[in-house]
Amino acid sequence: MIQELNFIILLFAVITAFSALKVKDLLSSIVLLSAFSFFMCLIWTEMGAVDVAFTEAAVGAGVSTAFFMAALYNTTRRTKD
Amino acid sequence: MVRDVEDVIIKTIARIMVPIMQVYSLYVYVHGHISPGGGFQGGCIMAASFILLAVAFNLGEAKRRLKEKAIAVFCSLGVFIYAWTGVVPLFFGGNFLDYSKWSHILPGGEVMARYYGMAFIELGVQIAVMAVMVSIFLDLVTAGRHEEVLGKDDDGFYSR
Repeated sequence: MIQELNFIILLFAVITAFSALKVKDLLSSIVLLSAFSFFMCLIWTEMGAVDVAFTEAAVGAGVSTAFFMAALYNTTRRTKD
Repeated sequence: MVRDVEDVIIKTIARIMVPIMQVYSLYVYVHGHISPGGGFQGGCIMAASFILLAVAFNLGEAKRRLKEKAIAVFCSLGVFIYAWTGVVPLFFGGNFLDYSKWSHILPGGEVMARYYGMAFIELGVQIAVMAVMVSIFLDLVTAGRHEEVLGKDDDGFYSR
């Protein structure tokens, strides 16, 4: 476990999570959430929890992104608030 | 997504990637007890391959490969396999999910019976997760209007 690499990946995860909340375009928000999921996957791999990381990569970055896309398909792309 | 898209690159890549993803998901399932992975991850990858079919081609293409009746059957079949893997050891005096009692039925002794038990459990999880994930995706993308979608033919229609 490398402390500096851990800190950098965690910083990227926080940045992507914050910008996924703040961005107005919902499609960009979905992609940023997928990137956040990927960075969480990297953090878990780096911490040695490979099984959790694999689940995160399969579910978080893979299937749930498709679910959000499917939900977005039935609504508007711009957020109101 | 539900309409047909005319893009050669996306269609060709999807046509190449879908079998690779399905074989990889079976690899993840089979090696679940010695390496990271297992039924849940393998089922998610298998479901992602069908979702890729629906995204790259259209919804009718994915439904032609995996019928909606088959999805309903697979949802129940996965739970059925899981439950009976646990119930069968009860008949031989073991606890629920006591894999070693499978050695009364299957050859190879108690150690191999535990491997068989894990394989059955993961098979049930894989089938159930795959079917449920595809079902959730179809529910989301059609906004729950399955009946009118099922009533028509299977080539890339959708009325919105």
